[in-house]
Amino acid sequence: MVKEFKRPDGRKLTEMRPIKAEVGVVPNADGSAMFQSGKTIAIAAVYGPKKMHPQHKQDPSTGQLRCEYNMISFSVDDRIRPGRNRRAMEISEITKWALEPSVMLEKYPNQVVDIHINIIQADAGTRCAGINAAAMALAHAGIPMRDIVSSISIGKLDKTLVVDLTKEEEDFEEGEGPTDIPVSMTSDGKVTHMQLDGKIGVKQLQESIDMAYEACKEVREVQKQALKDFIGELK
Amino acid sequence: MEKARTTPSTTGDKIRKYLAEGKRFDGRAPEQFRDLVIEKDVSIKAEGSVRVKLGKTEVIVGIKMAIGEPYADSPTKGNLMVTAEMLPLSGARYESGPPKIGAIEWARVTDRGIRESGFVDFDKLCIEPGKKVWTVFVDIYSINDDGNLMDAATIGAIAAMKIAKIPKYDQENDKVIHSELTKEGLPLTNIVPVAVSVHKLGKTLIVDPTREEEDISESRVTIGSSKGIISSLQKSNSASLEMDEIKRIFEISTKISEEILAKIEKAIK
Repeated sequence: MVKEFKRPDGRKLTEMRPIKAEVGVVPNADGSAMFQSGKTIAIAAVYGPKKMHPQHKQDPSTGQLRCEYNMISFSVDDRIRPGRNRRAMEISEITKWALEPSVMLEKYPNQVVDIHINIIQADAGTRCAGINAAAMALAHAGIPMRDIVSSISIGKLDKTLVVDLTKEEEDFEEGEGPTDIPVSMTSDGKVTHMQLDGKIGVKQLQESIDMAYEACKEVREVQKQALKDFIGELK
Repeated sequence: MEKARTTPSTTGDKIRKYLAEGKRFDGRAPEQFRDLVIEKDVSIKAEGSVRVKLGKTEVIVGIKMAIGEPYADSPTKGNLMVTAEMLPLSGARYESGPPKIGAIEWARVTDRGIRESGFVDFDKLCIEPGKKVWTVFVDIYSINDDGNLMDAATIGAIAAMKIAKIPKYDQENDKVIHSELTKEGLPLTNIVPVAVSVHKLGKTLIVDPTREEEDISESRVTIGSSKGIISSLQKSNSASLEMDEIKRIFEISTKISEEILAKIEKAIK
């Protein structure tokens, strides 16, 4: 006798928020993209590959990826003090780890690819949106990649697994409360990033990996379509 | 944890070659921890403190408490601050100066692991709703880094919190008398989120890496869990994991977590 769980915005359990994606949003950049999921909007710009400065950080065996994740001060209800904070530094690193396996950096010894991610409007899932935008921006910049990384947050609200949490759902307080599980994957189902805060059993967490795989498929289609549209415009 | 590659690549090759045959330099099995030693009361000035040794890895953890204001969104809840610092004394690779990303990640993962689990009953740390609550500071310092500071930090934090006593509070003068500890411990629940990290080296999954093993670890998944219920997880480093691999990691980590908790409880008895 399980009562069907109702999401605040009426979405089905495995239904993502409406996604919009677009490349070329920052004309100055070598590659750029916008990824919007519901009310969360991320833009990413890629500069490079270019010579690594400072010089002592150059690595003759491979190119390097540098990521910067930042939330714009007015992207949330209570203004965020501008500048780097520890949360942003950690997410920057997580983003780099999520993307690195897909980028053929070995082609660019001594060089660096800079990715700047800015969240201009936040309604949960900002790191996933940032990773999705960054992956598209890398492709848009023409940087050789093995695959494209897609990211989604799986949530557990009380006892029910759902896809793509909003802020309202993140603050859910009934029963076992919310569990947030952002996951990033490549198309072959390799997990390049995963985090979790909350409370969940092993079996259900294993299930959530399968859910993330299916959701990432949908995200990937949107990412690919935006890139194809861009090529269409060129023609 | 820090980027410096101090393990020569030839050593790395040897470690991987051995692991392919299921062997480690120190004779341990892939899913075997080093001996865990917990000493109590390393500082009498703290409300509770411990030294944790995992083989040659060593951290110290101290609890301090203070009266503070609650956060606006949780007026009846006490506060918890977990900080972790990699001291320059704990290895040649560490330098003075602002914390590097490795240290920041270490501190944040440890903090979330404890905070999110429900280990602390924050309502019981309230003195006067909206005005006065206890803030619990859990301060973690590395003393010697021979790998797996990540798990050592949480083990130390849990042990120190379990033995800490709340200091006397002089309500009239609004003063905490740190030299007089009451008999009352921290309000803790039986959800004890022991963190166990699983590392991927080549095709092998191992736990409790030495410094050399950690240097060549391709991927680390740190999971905080209690009785098979996972409350925090973080995958670190660049190498990706197969879906089956990560599902197995959930099982390995939760199983060892229960073994470590039994060891902690025995040590602080």
